[in-house]
Amino acid sequence: MKEEILTTQDLHLYYGDKEALKGINLNFDEKGITALIGPSGCGKSTYLRTLNRMNDLIPNVTITGTIKFKGSDLYAPNADTVQIRKEIGMVFQQPNPFPFSIYDNVIYGLRIAGEKDKEKLDAVVEKSLRQAAVWDEVKDHLHESALALSGGQQQRVCIARVLAVSPEIILLDEPTSALDPVSSSQIEATLLNLRHDYTIIIVTHNLQQASRIADRTAFFMNGELIEVDQTKNIFMNPANKQTEDYISGRFG
Amino acid sequence: MRRLFDDELADLDADFTEMGMLVSETIEQAVNAFTNRDAVAAQRLIDHDHKINEREIALEKKTFEMIALYQPVTTDLREIVTILKAVSELERAGDHARNIAHAAIKFGTKQKIPVLEQLMNQMGQMTTQMVKDVLTAYVNKDEHQARQLADVDRQLDQLNHQVRANSYEQMRLDPAFETGASIYLNVAQDLSRIGDYVTNVCEWVVYLKSGQIIELNTASQDSPSE
Repeated sequence: MKEEILTTQDLHLYYGDKEALKGINLNFDEKGITALIGPSGCGKSTYLRTLNRMNDLIPNVTITGTIKFKGSDLYAPNADTVQIRKEIGMVFQQPNPFPFSIYDNVIYGLRIAGEKDKEKLDAVVEKSLRQAAVWDEVKDHLHESALALSGGQQQRVCIARVLAVSPEIILLDEPTSALDPVSSSQIEATLLNLRHDYTIIIVTHNLQQASRIADRTAFFMNGELIEVDQTKNIFMNPANKQTEDYISGRFG
Repeated sequence: MRRLFDDELADLDADFTEMGMLVSETIEQAVNAFTNRDAVAAQRLIDHDHKINEREIALEKKTFEMIALYQPVTTDLREIVTILKAVSELERAGDHARNIAHAAIKFGTKQKIPVLEQLMNQMGQMTTQMVKDVLTAYVNKDEHQARQLADVDRQLDQLNHQVRANSYEQMRLDPAFETGASIYLNVAQDLSRIGDYVTNVCEWVVYLKSGQIIELNTASQDSPSE
């Protein structure tokens, strides 16, 4: 049996009085892609953000329950959020490169960690950009601004930036919704290559994207996890009527 | 850009070709078992028929899954549809091979009629070759070869008519030969049906290549525009 790398138990999240997550129990094995789907406002992005403590930045948020990464409590008082976000990286909906060169974007995490060895940094830049399947397109422009790239290239550079700090889990919040279909399929192809080495959790509004790339799919609605199963089962024979209605476009 | 779908389609394609080879071997062995009235070989084929059915079900499941997960369009969709339709045809062809194996056992030591034996051999060889050829046509997506195979099916039907005429003639000459004659009739009919199913697969190969759904084995069919 595969090792569970991340576990969430009875996770509740409140924005003020409003309960946005109503007791989520969901675990992740090492490696592979899990897609989180559900109608807008169902809590899937909120849930994703709890997994590397991005909600810490939002005022008035209360979280109860337990999230454990490799057995240790993510919300323990002594937990190091910088370390957590290094091990559990995130890619956002809008590509958000820093206004630096491509090279400096990729090594950003390492540089603030104090890494100065030029040879090592060069190696990390190449490896990360290759893993993110964007190396061939940018290798001759590494010292030009990342902002000059297309949206799809920017997003892959952002993935490379996450990979450069050697995370174990990669969270992606609708990473292709701002991209055209060609760029989207390049991102999908990149994720399919990465799923053998990383645990990937992706929030997507695109059901076809979930069905194409995810090994497992979790359906959220109204702050609850309705069903999680192998993607095949979710799309062919879901156990829950609500899942079926959502997947087949009857509501949502 | 290579997609996960491409890998799965390549696997599906390989599994389909493998099932085709299994059906082709089964038909060849059934024809041989009948020619030699080899009851042991015939029984073995009957016992193994479930293997073809299991492969059909596995391939169907896989195609459903691929439709649900990837929503294929254009050529991708045609490949999936072709396999989904063609596995049923192959499975039915396999059922007729089983009938021929039963016939080999039932015929037992009854007297063979040389002229009918000769016709059956000819039909058996043609059918066996036809199944092999349709697999080649499928693998090469060879629309031309697929269309040509329909001509072989017509020849097979003509031979079937000859078997029919000869069997009735033998019954007239010797009414006691009725059981033997009916077996010849049935086997010829089974071989002819296999030819029909192979022709149906040919139609799907044409569809795969051209996107056109055509009818290859009706008498009223216009001749192919080539």
